[in-house]
Formats: sequence, C-alpha cells, structure tokens
Amino acid sequence: MPHVEMEKVEPLLEQYEPQRINLIPILQDVQETYRYLPQEVLRRISQKLRVPLTEVYQVATFYRCFSLVPRGKHVIQVCLGTACHVRGAPRVLDRILLDLKMAGPGTTNDLQFTVETVRCIGCCGLAPVARVDNKNTHPHLTQAKVGGLLKKYQDKAEASRTAKPDEASHAEA
Amino acid sequence: MLKLKSPHEVKELQLCLEASETTRPCISVCAGSGCCASGAENVLQALRRELEKRGLQGTIDVKSTGCHGFCEKGPVMIVWPEKVFYNGVSQSDAKDIVNSVTNGHKPVEKLLYKDPNTGQRVLHEHDVPFYARQQRILFGNNGKIDPKDIRDYIKVGGYSALGKVLTDFSREQVVEAVKRSGLRGRGGAGFPTGMKWEALRRSTVRPRYIVCNADEGDPGAFMDRSLLEGNPHSVIEGLIIGAYALEAEQAYVYVRAEYPLAVEHLHAAIEQARTAGLLGENILGSGMDFRIHLVQGAGAFVCGEETALLASIEGRVGEPHPRPPYPVQKGLWGKPTVINNVKTWASVPVIINKGADWYASIGTERSKGTMVFSLVGKINNTGLVEVPMGVTLREMIYEIGGGIPKEKKLKAIQIGGPSGGCIPASMIDLPIDYEALTQAGSMMGSGGMVVMDEDTCMVDVARYFMEFLEEESCGKCFPCREGTQRLKEILNRISRGKGEESDLDLLDDAGWMIKETSLCGLGQTAPNPVLSTLRYFRDEYLTHIREKRCPAKVCRELIVYQIDETICDGCHACVRVCASDAVLGEKDKPHKIDSGKCIKCGACLEVCQPKAVLVH
Repeated sequence: MPHVEMEKVEPLLEQYEPQRINLIPILQDVQETYRYLPQEVLRRISQKLRVPLTEVYQVATFYRCFSLVPRGKHVIQVCLGTACHVRGAPRVLDRILLDLKMAGPGTTNDLQFTVETVRCIGCCGLAPVARVDNKNTHPHLTQAKVGGLLKKYQDKAEASRTAKPDEASHAEA
Repeated sequence: MLKLKSPHEVKELQLCLEASETTRPCISVCAGSGCCASGAENVLQALRRELEKRGLQGTIDVKSTGCHGFCEKGPVMIVWPEKVFYNGVSQSDAKDIVNSVTNGHKPVEKLLYKDPNTGQRVLHEHDVPFYARQQRILFGNNGKIDPKDIRDYIKVGGYSALGKVLTDFSREQVVEAVKRSGLRGRGGAGFPTGMKWEALRRSTVRPRYIVCNADEGDPGAFMDRSLLEGNPHSVIEGLIIGAYALEAEQAYVYVRAEYPLAVEHLHAAIEQARTAGLLGENILGSGMDFRIHLVQGAGAFVCGEETALLASIEGRVGEPHPRPPYPVQKGLWGKPTVINNVKTWASVPVIINKGADWYASIGTERSKGTMVFSLVGKINNTGLVEVPMGVTLREMIYEIGGGIPKEKKLKAIQIGGPSGGCIPASMIDLPIDYEALTQAGSMMGSGGMVVMDEDTCMVDVARYFMEFLEEESCGKCFPCREGTQRLKEILNRISRGKGEESDLDLLDDAGWMIKETSLCGLGQTAPNPVLSTLRYFRDEYLTHIREKRCPAKVCRELIVYQIDETICDGCHACVRVCASDAVLGEKDKPHKIDSGKCIKCGACLEVCQPKAVLVH
C-alpha cells in the first residue's frame, strides 16, 4: 500500500458539516483525491462524523464507485448497457483485458489502468462505448480500435514496452 | 442576474428578452453527452474560431444546447432563424457553415439529412421522419436553449407556470390539476401522480420533503440524463410548483454519478435559480421558502427503488425496506415524502401552462400525455423519442426509428430495462401504454426501448439481464439474492449447451416464486426478462438444449469460426487483429482458423471485408 497523505483529509472534511448525510459525498471526494478509500482515512471520517467504522465500511463496500484498493491512473469504464451488449461490448471488454493481460476487471500491476464495467452511461446511440477518466467517451468501439485506445493513455515509456508495433499501427485504421 | 421579486417581474423579463431578440443568425449545436462523444466540442470550437477569424462574433451567434435527441446522426445542429438542420457535422465543416450563413443562407447540401428511403435531402428538423411523428412537449425546448443560461429558459416561457401558480392557484387546485391531467409516474410503475400528492397532503406531520428520482439506472435508457443536461430548469420549476402544492421546504435531487454533465448543468441551474430569487427565501415575494439539494448516487442500481434511494440520501447503504409504510407516510428521516421521476416533475409546468384538460387529451384512455423513450439497439435512427402514449411499436420502429439496419429481420423489442420484458416482432401492432405493455409481460419502466434483430440470441439476452440483476441485487431479501443467482446459473448452463428440458420448468417456477416473494420492485420484476423470453421464444431455448445450437450464433460455446477459402483473398486483416494467433496462412493466400487456439472473440469477422469468415 502506498503512503497515505493524511494532510489532505482535514481540508476536505472541513467543507462538510459533520453529519451522517454527508458520509457519501465525503467518501466520493476521498475517492477522487486518493483514487481509493485508504483505511486510515475511513477511520478519521468515522471519528469526525461519529458514525461507527463498521457502518462507514458497510457504505464503502456497498456502492460500486468506491474502492478499498488503489485504482489505476486511468480508469476505463466499459459500458455493458443493453444497447452496448447487443452491439458487441462483451467482446470489446475481453479484448481490453487481453491486451492488458488481465484475467478480469480490476487494476493493472503497474497501476496504469483500472478496467471496470458500467451499466449504461447513456450514450446508447454510439454503442459500444467506453469512457476513460470519466470524461472522454470513445464511441463505436471495435476490437480493432482497442489497441489505439489503450496506446493513447499509456505513458510513453510504458507504451514502447507493452504495445505490439504492428497492432498499434493497425488499430487506428 | 438581478433578483426577481414577483411573478410579474418574471413576465416582464420574458417580454424584455423576447423583444431584445435580434434577427441575428444563431447556430445551436447539440452538446449533449452523445454528440460530445461524436465530437461536438470540436465543432463548437471550430465554429467560434472561424467567426473570430472573420470578425463575425457580433453578427452570428453560436450556442451550445442540450440533447436534440437524434444521437445516431451526431453532432447535429440547427441554424436559426431558418431552422436549417445539419447532421454528422465535423470541425472541418465550420467554414462551409459560416459561409452559408453569410451568403444568404444557402444550405450546405452535404450536411443536410438524407432520407434513406427517398434519397432526398431534408432541410428542416421537423421534416426529418425521425422528428415528424414526435410530439415533443418535454424535449421541445432542448434544441433552443442554452441549459447554462436561465434567461434562455425564461425567454421561452420558463417559470411562467410558477408565476401562474403563485398568483392564481390554491395549493389544492395545483394537486387537482395534476390529478385531472391523468399524469402517471414516469419512473416505471405508473402510479397516478395526483393521488400520491393527495396522500401526502392528508398527512399532518411536518416537515415534508419532495424528492426527484434521477437515478436512471436502467441500461439502455438516457431520457432523464438528457432532460437534466438540456433543460434542467424545467425540472426545477416542476419541483418548486410541487413544493408549493405540498408545502415542502426542501427537495433532494438524486442523480447518478455516472452522468457528470447532468450533475454540472443541474448544479449551475440551481445556483442561477437561487440568484434569480426562484429558490431560497420568499420566492418571488410569495413568502414561500424552498431549497433544492443535489445528491449524487454512488453506483447502485437498487437505489432507483424509492425506499433504497431515501436510505442512500440519508447516507446509509441503499437497501430497500418493506412498504407500507410508503414514503408519503414515512419517508426521509421518517417524514412524509413524495418521490417522482425527472420527467414527472418536468411535466408539471406543462400541465399548469397548457391546462390539465389539454394534457389529458393526449394519449390513451388510461395513459395520458407523452412518453419519452430512448430508442436504441439494432435500429437505424438511434435516439430520444417523445411520442403520445398509444402509438404502436410499428410506428416507433419503422416510421421514427427508420427500421432495422443491414436489412436484418426484427426479432424482439425489449422495453422497460431489466424489469421489463421482450416483446416479439409478431406483436408489432401493440399500442404503447402502461396496461398493454404489462399485459404483454413487459412494462413501461422508465422508457428504455432496445431493438433486437435476428442476430440477437434471446437466451443470451435473458442471461445478460440476470447477470446484471444478480450483481445489483442488494442481498437483503433471500428470494432476490439467491433466486437471481440460481436463474443465472441455469441460463449459463443452457447457453453452454448443457441445459436440460426440465430446466425450462425450473426457470418458470423459480421466476414466479421470486416475483411473488421478493421485498422490493427490483426482485419483484427481476424474472421478467426470463419469463417473457420463455413465453415468446421457447423454441430458441429448446434449440440450445436439444440441438446444442445457438440459432443467432451468439453463445460462444455453441459456435465455431471458419474461413471460406474460396472467398478469402488473404489480405491478412484477420491475422493482424486475432487475439490468440489462431488465424494461419501466408499473405495473399487463403487463411485458416485453428479451432484449438480460437477463443471465438469474433474480431476476424469484424474486420473481414470480403466476408469470408463464417460462423457455424
């Protein structure tokens, strides 16, 4: 586990009234700041909001958007909504996992990518789609486009190490 | 913007905005999530750069608006005042578009919509078949207004319904109008909104809360998102009118976190409404105080269920509880609470402005008004469609949707998300209303409509929904938690060719048991996709079981990929894309697939130009 910069927590907590209703918004901010929910931070939130740690943990593990382990630098959300499903999203997902040498959705060992599935981001007209880092939506994906998509977000050094040259050049076609 | 102090000042501002409207041409570009993914941001920038370069910023306006609905053809735009409709625009077209406006509005031919049936170019949005059959009373303003500018909403008559209510309506009269309009909850179950409001008014407990359910979790549905992105003030106005009628001082809007643009626009709209004196204390001098809080979901489908949603707002895990007590009796923090869907709230100002009787004149006997669908899947014109209740599926699919791509045959229409069911192509003349859909084994749901063609496997569809529901079941009650798992296991077995005929009875029995004994709406409707496909597509299940064959060629363990060597031209495209090095053969000579290595990902099929890849 990486070192947790606890000094970031207090200013974040200051923005909220210490009430239970703010538990989820606080966890969302923490998730965004640290890219996961560090145990030490959860303890601090529990103390500040006077909500038992077990309940903080319960909330943190119930909702999909929270993670108790660090997430990758880039989060790829592959949409598995119905429209994407019937237009071939499962195959695109498999290709992404295969290219990143992952057995299933999760985070790569080098913390570059987290691959997760979402149930519809509402871009059904452009199915199948994937969204990266919650802002860049990639429409009409095919397996052939996956290489190019990953390359775009890979660190330069990373890219030269992992991408197969012929595949990368073909992917943009 | 200055604070408005009375309904009269809203009216004056509207007149003033109308009067100040110039005849300046305006290019309004759809910047909804769909068009943005297709490059609308780049188009906007290119247009602005082009105008700046030619010093035309003061002569031609560029506006970024919410979703126009025709996502398939995005980015789309309308050039005012001629109302010329362009589709499939890219940034390189900016120059041509500006040229056309400066040269006496001669339209850019290549960007006009081309009717696939007649081959003719269509000039105006309302003549495009996709729009021509629609009645857009909720979405009509999306293409006209900048969602981030409250003045745009006021200019088209926004907040006038609120003014009318505050000056002419008693609280009871508002509830009466909603009741008389026949409006039913647009979130899925279709409970009459007026009755729900009346039930709340009977309670003497204070405070009361109102909630807007914008946790649009159904996969394949994005109407609520588009409305919040494109016209957030219409929802806010509905909430304020509701707050007046129900004497609530606070509202919570619960939005999915997966919709960042909707959150951004709604947040900005709430701020602007507050500055304008439409939220906060003493609204428009009426003495009424009202605040709206924006709450973001954290990714749990079950939170669309009202009791789970309330738990989530309170900062707890989103687990439902048994009803009664209903939220109107015991809701947020145990206080009476009315929860309505985004479109339900947005319908309220329309009902007030145009009259309950006008609203009730649209639709069928028991389903009034318009319904918004997201028409997606194997359909030519994907997008958002607003139609009067009672139109038939045939009109939706063939007239508005433009039919099925690649001359394929329609197989089924899945309506209502994971709680809904699949309606077979043979029932294409079914009218769309609450009762007809429920009778057919589906449901209105929030309005997701996924079209499926002959290449869609119904066993796979049932398996897909069951996988979804099993994952999203909160686990509180046994029938839903265990039942969805068992159904998924059986469906997995069948899709692998390992099912037995007795499995079908088991699916049926277990399905009905889950329906009847689950705690909340999620479990009570969870078996619908299985039961409806069993009802209409039993033969397809039987083919999987008896012949170990998937007629749609989808279920991976029942198909084999091969290359027809007489067609293959040896272009190597499949070799490059193959994930498992299973395609063998030299360039320019026919290839072969090593079935031992093939993982059946279908990538070769996707890229093969001469169509030499066959699936058996």
